[in-house]
Amino acid sequence: MDKVKKIPVPARYAINTLLLAAFLLIGNTVIASGSVSRAQSSIVLQIGIYIILAVSLNVVTGYLGQLPLGHAGFMAVGAYAGAIFWKSCTLPRPLAVILGLVLAGIVAAIFGVIIGVPALRLKGDYLAIITLGFGEIIRVIIINLPDITGGTPGLSDIPKFAKSTSFLVVFLCVIITCFAIHTLMHSRHGRAILSIRENEIAAESCGINTTYYKVMAFAFSAFFAGIAGALYAGNQGLLVPGTFDFMQSINILVMVVLGGMGSMSGSIIAATVLTALPLMLQSFSKYRMIIYSLLLIVVMIFKPSGLMGMYDFSLSRLLEKLINWKPGAKKKKPCDPEQPEGGASHE
Amino acid sequence: MLFISQLINGLQLGSIYALVALGYSMVYGIIMLLNFAHGDIIMVGGYIAMLIITAGINPAVAVVAAIVGCAVLAMVIEKIAYKPLRSAPRISLLITAIGVSMLLQNLAQLVFSANARPFPSTNIINAANLQLGSVQISVSAIVTIAVSVISMILLTLLVQKTRMGKAMRAVSEDMGAAQLMGINVDRTVSFTFAVGSVLAGIGSVLYCCRYPVLTPTMGSLLGLKAFVAAVLGGIGSIPGAMIGGFAIGLAEVFVTSIGLSEWTDGIVFAILIVVLLFRPTGFMGRSMSEKV
Amino acid sequence: MSKMVPIPSPGMLPERDADKAPILEVRRLGIDFGGLTAVDDFNLTIGRTEIDGLIGPNGAGKTTVFNLLTKVYQPTRGTILLDGKDTAGMNTQQINRAGIARTFQNIRLFRNLTVEENVLIGLHHEMDYRSVSALLRLPDYWRAERIAKNRAAELLSIFDMQDLRYAQAGSLPYGAQRRLEIVRALATNPSLLLLDEPAAGMNPSETAELMENIRKIRDTFEIAIMLIEHDMNLVMGICEGIAVLNYGRIIARGTPDEISHNPAVIEAYLGKKDGEPNA
Repeated sequence: MDKVKKIPVPARYAINTLLLAAFLLIGNTVIASGSVSRAQSSIVLQIGIYIILAVSLNVVTGYLGQLPLGHAGFMAVGAYAGAIFWKSCTLPRPLAVILGLVLAGIVAAIFGVIIGVPALRLKGDYLAIITLGFGEIIRVIIINLPDITGGTPGLSDIPKFAKSTSFLVVFLCVIITCFAIHTLMHSRHGRAILSIRENEIAAESCGINTTYYKVMAFAFSAFFAGIAGALYAGNQGLLVPGTFDFMQSINILVMVVLGGMGSMSGSIIAATVLTALPLMLQSFSKYRMIIYSLLLIVVMIFKPSGLMGMYDFSLSRLLEKLINWKPGAKKKKPCDPEQPEGGASHE
Repeated sequence: MLFISQLINGLQLGSIYALVALGYSMVYGIIMLLNFAHGDIIMVGGYIAMLIITAGINPAVAVVAAIVGCAVLAMVIEKIAYKPLRSAPRISLLITAIGVSMLLQNLAQLVFSANARPFPSTNIINAANLQLGSVQISVSAIVTIAVSVISMILLTLLVQKTRMGKAMRAVSEDMGAAQLMGINVDRTVSFTFAVGSVLAGIGSVLYCCRYPVLTPTMGSLLGLKAFVAAVLGGIGSIPGAMIGGFAIGLAEVFVTSIGLSEWTDGIVFAILIVVLLFRPTGFMGRSMSEKV
Repeated sequence: MSKMVPIPSPGMLPERDADKAPILEVRRLGIDFGGLTAVDDFNLTIGRTEIDGLIGPNGAGKTTVFNLLTKVYQPTRGTILLDGKDTAGMNTQQINRAGIARTFQNIRLFRNLTVEENVLIGLHHEMDYRSVSALLRLPDYWRAERIAKNRAAELLSIFDMQDLRYAQAGSLPYGAQRRLEIVRALATNPSLLLLDEPAAGMNPSETAELMENIRKIRDTFEIAIMLIEHDMNLVMGICEGIAVLNYGRIIARGTPDEISHNPAVIEAYLGKKDGEPNA
């Protein structure tokens, strides 16, 4: 058997970093230059925000194997935390943006723990319904605290991200989120989370503290949802509690399931397509939601495991295949011990 | 005496929730699906009744048409959207139900527009009040409670005494074993959807009589609360759905009456959370544990 | 095989373990499900390096005993002393940390994960890096992962499975899945290993190999092993002490030789007059 060539780890990191840096630079230049319309750039930024929401929900849905229906609640907590901080903050702008995002994540994660501890005692549909309840309660509280949150009319005059850097801010957060989730999932902590999805009793019998890791996954997921919420606040400049209702949670869940639960690239693709869909279907806006819902039903009937299943895309793996490719060679089973950055994989 | 009329009010709302909750509960019991489209079937029932009454046809026909319409719609949805997914992961089935729910809402919006439409409730139940001593009770409240209680008794008889009821119980216990015993599973599931939606159709007319406004999204919050009622009572249990429905209805009316109407939805969910934490399968639910 | 000698507390231990405190002492253990008593008055003592068998007809409560020992079920009564310490109030995870690892009758692998990942989950507590190190990929992450992966390969080599490292656990043949479960259990560094029907679904040559490997595991890891098994060749071949369970109670206890001539045992396996109890 001839030796399969491998790309060494530092080289993988270098390739991926370079590509991502180029992506950020080009994207930011295009958006900042104003060569795309306001609506288009707003959609692009929204795609980034929904990618964060989808991949973070995927941690609980795809990796932990639980079904929460209150992700919009964490998004709301982060959005209001970030917005209130930015409205009262007098620090220099870049520092304020970073601090606000971190704060939003932390506040949402704290909510994640507060909700997760009781909710995760339940399983399956009961967990779904209890998280749905918590999500709705968060929204009702926001509506009923008008002095802090602006109540039903909403919170306005939130300092917005500058147009020249908004793409950079949003997509840097996207990359950090994906990287963090990827690295966590390929550690002992991530495997502990996966083991709960696979077989909870066996996980406990292997000495895994399932309660701890469930709450950890939940808080981790909430943290990034909170950041996405703050990004939303910084892009819109206005927050209305109606944005964070139950349908928003469903919307994010749909992205995860459609992309394939447990597949980060699936979540990214689905978040992108479903967010961009309104733009693509602008000419028949009347039928837009009907097409959307039909699409959902049809995909589920014909591909119940989602578009990507549990498969994840990896650039390095693709490159390795190209390096090792010989004309006429039989397809080999991939035996890749180390998963390269940018694509988790547990096929 | 305000208390008594609030109590009647709460029971009226609660009995509607109970009727809708039964549909959730039965479907969940048989195919383990949170049928998100159930609330929207109620919305469709409301529009059917409205169309027929405004066309000048006898309101009794409208009520029957709404009930039949709900049942047929539910059976069609089950056949087309849910049946192919019976062996798929449960979450796919759930997402499909969400898809169906969105589809119904948006079709209604396309046909009837997003604007609210008045429901001609007085054609069905007149708006008079009965004076019992110092207590005023609306006729519609009494009719609603009576109709709901009768429906639930009939449902209990159906499930306990008939062949079809036995088949329903068998399938919800173990679908595979029921099939091996010669029970037609497809027909039983379809029948369960139909029965649940007949109740939804009745609930729909009663609900529209109490809140005579139709919107394409009216079913989602009603459905959500009825679903909460089903979970509260113990999903899969008929008496549980009734208890849960009454509990939610009463809680909602009393919270509103003490001036916290803005908090109503929050409190409904808070009750649910507290109950689930102490009784993880609701009031009447059976506990299920995995065999090791 | 060491001779069995009586000890002060009820039961017997292999002679080589007799001067050391037993790893497991179970006293009057019982559990009721509703009104039904599934296991009652169960007593057991296992020596440090003993291989013990638990046999009995189907439905006798053997797996329930394992579930009680690992706290998958909470006992209704009785005490379990592990290494002299009372396990009351512990949950399944804490029991594993305290030193009991197990396999399952109906295999419970992490099916969608690779063979290596399954073993690495068993090695969870062998790695000590914190989540920050994982998130930032600090040097201690790489070091601990490398050590753990080498250890996983080493453990897999017991059953000659190191080449299957990257295969999906759920895609393995049945026998290999059972072996992987044993490896995963060993990875948690137990002092007592419970095997629930390890030979089920294996052919005679696989079973013979398994027998050798169980003995090898006991010798290299110096741990106690208790197994539930229906294959009498295996039980009689490697167990030093055997307990026979029927209707939730121990009806006989002794060496393989004593058990195979015990009239109560033969009666429990009614209808198997050819002396090949095979429930």
